Amino acid sequence: MTVNSDGVFFLTGKDFANAGSASSNLKGILEKRGIPAEIIRRASIAAFEAEMNVIIYAVAGMMHYTITPETIKVVLQDMGPGIPDIGLAMQEGYSTAPDYIREMGFGSGMGLPNIKRNADKLTINSVVGEGTTVEFVISLERSGR
Amino acid sequence: MTLDDIKVILGALSLTGRGDMEIDIGRAYCADLMSDVLAFSVTNSLLITGLTNAQVVRTAEVADIKAIVFVQNKRPDIQTIAMAEAKNIPLFVTELSMFDTCGRLYERGLRSQMGPTV
Repeated sequence: MTVNSDGVFFLTGKDFANAGSASSNLKGILEKRGIPAEIIRRASIAAFEAEMNVIIYAVAGMMHYTITPETIKVVLQDMGPGIPDIGLAMQEGYSTAPDYIREMGFGSGMGLPNIKRNADKLTINSVVGEGTTVEFVISLERSGR
Repeated sequence: MTLDDIKVILGALSLTGRGDMEIDIGRAYCADLMSDVLAFSVTNSLLITGLTNAQVVRTAEVADIKAIVFVQNKRPDIQTIAMAEAKNIPLFVTELSMFDTCGRLYERGLRSQMGPTV
Protein backbone atom coordinates (compact mmCIF):
# COMPACT_ATOMS: atom_id res chain seq x y z
CA MET A 1 0.00 0.00 0.00
CA THR A 2 1.50 3.32 -0.94
CA VAL A 3 -1.16 5.85 -0.02
CA ASN A 4 -0.66 8.22 2.88
CA SER A 5 -2.87 7.92 5.91
CA ASP A 6 -3.30 9.99 9.01
CA GLY A 7 -5.51 10.28 12.05
CA VAL A 8 -5.79 11.52 15.58
CA PHE A 9 -6.52 10.03 19.00
CA PHE A 10 -7.65 12.15 21.94
CA LEU A 11 -6.08 11.52 25.33
CA THR A 12 -7.47 12.35 28.77
CA GLY A 13 -5.13 12.98 31.67
CA LYS A 14 -5.30 10.41 34.53
CA ASP A 15 -7.55 8.12 32.47
CA PHE A 16 -5.49 5.06 33.37
CA ALA A 17 -8.22 2.60 32.37
CA ASN A 18 -7.75 3.61 28.73
CA ALA A 19 -4.06 4.48 28.89
CA GLY A 20 -2.35 2.77 26.00
CA SER A 21 -5.43 2.36 23.83
CA ALA A 22 -4.27 5.01 21.33
CA SER A 23 -0.93 3.22 20.89
CA SER A 24 -2.75 -0.09 20.63
CA ASN A 25 -4.97 1.31 17.86
CA LEU A 26 -1.95 2.76 16.09
CA LYS A 27 -0.26 -0.63 16.26
CA GLY A 28 -3.30 -2.19 14.59
CA ILE A 29 -3.23 0.41 11.82
CA LEU A 30 0.47 -0.24 11.17
CA GLU A 31 -0.13 -4.00 11.10
CA LYS A 32 -2.88 -3.56 8.51
CA ARG A 33 -0.43 -1.71 6.28
CA GLY A 34 1.92 -4.68 6.38
CA ILE A 35 4.81 -2.76 7.93
CA PRO A 36 7.62 -5.04 9.24
CA ALA A 37 7.06 -6.25 12.81
CA GLU A 38 10.31 -4.84 14.19
CA ILE A 39 9.43 -1.34 12.94
CA ILE A 40 5.89 -1.65 14.34
CA ARG A 41 7.36 -2.64 17.69
CA ARG A 42 9.60 0.44 17.76
CA ALA A 43 6.75 2.75 16.76
CA SER A 44 4.34 1.18 19.27
CA ILE A 45 6.81 1.39 22.17
CA ALA A 46 7.65 5.04 21.40
CA ALA A 47 3.96 5.92 21.04
CA PHE A 48 3.05 4.10 24.27
CA GLU A 49 5.71 5.87 26.32
CA ALA A 50 4.65 9.24 24.88
CA GLU A 51 0.97 8.43 25.50
CA MET A 52 1.70 7.45 29.12
CA ASN A 53 3.50 10.76 29.63
CA VAL A 54 0.36 12.64 28.54
CA ILE A 55 -1.90 10.48 30.74
CA ILE A 56 0.43 10.84 33.75
CA TYR A 57 1.32 14.51 33.56
CA ALA A 58 -1.15 16.42 31.38
CA VAL A 59 -4.79 17.45 31.62
CA ALA A 60 -5.45 16.36 28.06
CA GLY A 61 -3.70 15.86 24.78
CA MET A 62 -3.81 14.34 21.35
CA MET A 63 -1.79 11.88 19.34
CA HIS A 64 -1.64 12.61 15.63
CA TYR A 65 -0.08 10.12 13.25
CA THR A 66 0.91 10.38 9.61
CA ILE A 67 2.02 7.33 7.67
CA THR A 68 3.63 7.71 4.25
CA PRO A 69 5.52 5.13 2.21
CA GLU A 70 8.73 6.57 3.69
CA THR A 71 7.97 7.35 7.33
CA ILE A 72 5.74 7.01 10.36
CA LYS A 73 5.40 10.39 12.08
CA VAL A 74 3.69 10.69 15.46
CA VAL A 75 3.03 14.00 17.20
CA LEU A 76 1.77 14.19 20.78
CA GLN A 77 0.59 17.58 21.87
CA ASP A 78 -0.60 18.13 25.42
CA MET A 79 -2.00 20.71 27.79
CA GLY A 80 0.25 19.96 30.71
CA PRO A 81 2.80 21.39 33.10
CA GLY A 82 5.60 21.51 30.51
CA ILE A 83 9.17 20.32 31.00
CA PRO A 84 11.47 22.93 32.63
CA ASP A 85 14.71 21.18 31.63
CA ILE A 86 14.45 18.86 28.62
CA GLY A 87 18.11 17.81 28.90
CA LEU A 88 17.48 16.58 32.43
CA ALA A 89 14.24 14.81 31.40
CA MET A 90 16.18 12.96 28.69
CA GLN A 91 18.51 11.41 31.28
CA GLU A 92 17.73 7.78 32.04
CA GLY A 93 16.38 7.49 35.56
CA TYR A 94 15.41 11.14 35.99
CA SER A 95 11.72 11.44 36.87
CA THR A 96 9.32 13.79 38.60
CA ALA A 97 6.53 11.18 38.78
CA PRO A 98 4.68 10.78 42.08
CA ASP A 99 4.73 7.46 43.96
CA TYR A 100 1.33 6.24 42.75
CA ILE A 101 2.58 6.42 39.17
CA ARG A 102 5.67 4.41 40.11
CA GLU A 103 3.44 1.82 41.73
CA MET A 104 1.82 1.32 38.32
CA GLY A 105 5.21 0.49 36.84
CA PHE A 106 5.85 3.83 35.20
CA GLY A 107 7.64 7.03 36.13
CA SER A 108 11.02 5.37 36.40
CA GLY A 109 12.65 8.00 34.22
CA MET A 110 12.88 5.84 31.11
CA GLY A 111 10.01 7.31 29.06
CA LEU A 112 11.72 9.94 26.92
CA PRO A 113 14.95 7.89 26.64
CA ASN A 114 12.85 4.96 25.43
CA ILE A 115 11.21 7.13 22.77
CA LYS A 116 14.64 8.29 21.62
CA ARG A 117 15.95 4.72 21.58
CA ASN A 118 13.16 3.60 19.23
CA ALA A 119 12.77 6.63 16.98
CA ASP A 120 14.98 7.80 14.15
CA LYS A 121 14.23 11.41 14.99
CA LEU A 122 12.82 12.98 18.15
CA THR A 123 11.86 16.62 18.69
CA ILE A 124 10.55 17.98 21.99
CA ASN A 125 9.15 21.46 22.44
CA SER A 126 7.85 22.50 25.80
CA VAL A 127 6.56 25.64 27.48
CA VAL A 128 6.28 25.51 31.27
CA GLY A 129 2.69 26.06 32.34
CA GLU A 130 1.33 25.50 28.83
CA GLY A 131 2.27 22.11 27.50
CA THR A 132 4.61 19.86 25.60
CA THR A 133 4.83 18.66 22.01
CA VAL A 134 6.72 15.45 21.35
CA GLU A 135 7.28 14.53 17.73
CA PHE A 136 9.03 11.40 16.56
CA VAL A 137 9.69 9.93 13.16
CA ILE A 138 10.50 6.35 12.23
CA SER A 139 11.88 5.63 8.81
CA LEU A 140 10.30 2.90 6.70
CA GLU A 141 13.05 2.87 4.13
CA ARG A 142 15.22 -0.14 4.92
CA SER A 143 15.50 -0.52 8.70
CA GLY A 144 17.28 2.89 8.67
CA ARG A 145 18.47 4.09 12.08
CA MET B 1 10.26 -24.20 25.94
CA THR B 2 6.49 -24.16 25.38
CA LEU B 3 3.87 -22.41 27.49
CA ASP B 4 2.74 -25.85 28.60
CA ASP B 5 6.27 -26.57 29.85
CA ILE B 6 6.37 -23.25 31.71
CA LYS B 7 3.01 -23.92 33.32
CA VAL B 8 4.18 -27.29 34.61
CA ILE B 9 7.59 -26.04 35.80
CA LEU B 10 5.96 -23.23 37.81
CA GLY B 11 2.90 -25.17 38.94
CA ALA B 12 1.03 -22.23 37.45
CA LEU B 13 -2.65 -21.66 36.82
CA SER B 14 -3.99 -20.30 33.51
CA LEU B 15 -6.07 -17.16 33.93
CA THR B 16 -7.02 -16.98 30.28
CA GLY B 17 -8.97 -19.61 28.45
CA ARG B 18 -7.78 -19.77 24.90
CA GLY B 19 -4.32 -19.37 23.45
CA ASP B 20 -1.85 -21.75 21.94
CA MET B 21 -0.03 -23.60 24.72
CA GLU B 22 2.47 -24.98 22.20
CA ILE B 23 3.95 -21.55 21.41
CA ASP B 24 7.72 -21.72 21.73
CA ILE B 25 9.07 -19.20 24.25
CA GLY B 26 12.73 -18.50 23.64
CA ARG B 27 13.44 -15.72 26.11
CA ALA B 28 12.16 -14.21 29.31
CA TYR B 29 12.32 -10.85 31.03
CA CYS B 30 11.46 -10.06 34.62
CA ALA B 31 10.55 -6.62 36.00
CA ASP B 32 7.97 -4.55 37.81
CA LEU B 33 9.04 -1.44 35.91
CA MET B 34 7.16 -1.36 32.63
CA SER B 35 9.55 1.15 31.07
CA ASP B 36 12.36 -1.33 31.69
CA VAL B 37 10.28 -3.98 29.94
CA LEU B 38 9.74 -1.61 27.01
CA ALA B 39 13.45 -0.78 26.89
CA PHE B 40 15.07 -4.16 27.38
CA SER B 41 12.72 -7.04 26.63
CA VAL B 42 12.80 -8.86 23.31
CA THR B 43 10.00 -9.99 21.02
CA ASN B 44 8.21 -13.30 21.51
CA SER B 45 9.34 -13.53 25.11
CA LEU B 46 7.76 -14.28 28.47
CA LEU B 47 7.21 -11.48 30.99
CA ILE B 48 7.52 -12.36 34.68
CA THR B 49 6.14 -9.65 36.95
CA GLY B 50 4.53 -8.89 40.28
CA LEU B 51 2.54 -6.01 38.85
CA THR B 52 -1.07 -6.78 37.94
CA ASN B 53 -2.60 -3.62 36.43
CA ALA B 54 -3.92 -3.12 32.90
CA GLN B 55 -0.70 -1.38 31.81
CA VAL B 56 1.13 -4.70 32.11
CA VAL B 57 -1.05 -6.15 29.34
CA ARG B 58 -0.68 -2.97 27.26
CA THR B 59 3.08 -3.18 27.70
CA ALA B 60 3.09 -6.81 26.60
CA GLU B 61 1.00 -5.91 23.57
CA VAL B 62 3.21 -3.08 22.31
CA ALA B 63 6.43 -4.97 23.07
CA ASP B 64 5.26 -8.17 21.31
CA ILE B 65 5.50 -10.24 24.49
CA LYS B 66 3.83 -13.62 24.09
CA ALA B 67 2.67 -14.40 27.64
CA ILE B 68 2.76 -13.08 31.22
CA VAL B 69 3.40 -14.90 34.50
CA PHE B 70 2.26 -13.15 37.68
CA VAL B 71 4.25 -14.23 40.72
CA GLN B 72 3.41 -14.64 44.39
CA ASN B 73 -0.20 -15.55 43.59
CA LYS B 74 -1.02 -11.98 42.52
CA ARG B 75 -3.99 -11.79 40.19
CA PRO B 76 -5.08 -9.01 37.85
CA ASP B 77 -8.69 -7.85 37.91
CA ILE B 78 -11.30 -9.23 35.53
CA GLN B 79 -11.06 -6.27 33.10
CA THR B 80 -7.34 -6.81 32.74
CA ILE B 81 -7.85 -10.54 32.13
CA ALA B 82 -10.52 -9.73 29.54
CA MET B 83 -8.14 -7.34 27.77
CA ALA B 84 -5.47 -10.04 27.65
CA GLU B 85 -8.01 -12.52 26.22
CA ALA B 86 -8.97 -10.02 23.54
CA LYS B 87 -5.33 -9.45 22.61
CA ASN B 88 -4.53 -13.15 22.74
CA ILE B 89 -1.90 -12.81 25.47
CA PRO B 90 -2.09 -15.82 27.82
CA LEU B 91 -1.82 -15.01 31.55
CA PHE B 92 -0.59 -17.34 34.28
CA VAL B 93 -0.33 -17.05 38.03
CA THR B 94 2.13 -18.94 40.22
CA GLU B 95 2.49 -19.10 43.98
CA LEU B 96 6.26 -18.96 43.61
CA SER B 97 8.22 -15.81 44.41
CA MET B 98 9.77 -13.85 41.58
CA PHE B 99 13.19 -15.22 42.53
CA ASP B 100 12.04 -18.84 42.49
CA THR B 101 10.04 -18.36 39.29
CA CYS B 102 13.08 -17.03 37.47
CA GLY B 103 15.34 -19.61 39.09
CA ARG B 104 13.26 -22.59 38.01
CA LEU B 105 12.89 -21.37 34.44
CA TYR B 106 16.59 -20.55 34.21
CA GLU B 107 17.47 -23.97 35.54
CA ARG B 108 15.42 -25.51 32.74
CA GLY B 109 17.19 -23.49 30.07
CA LEU B 110 15.19 -20.27 29.62
CA ARG B 111 17.38 -17.17 29.31
CA SER B 112 17.01 -13.39 29.11
CA GLN B 113 17.72 -11.34 26.01
CA MET B 114 21.36 -10.98 27.07
CA GLY B 115 22.42 -14.51 27.82
CA PRO B 116 23.34 -17.28 25.40
CA THR B 117 20.53 -19.34 23.92
CA VAL B 118 20.29 -22.80 25.41
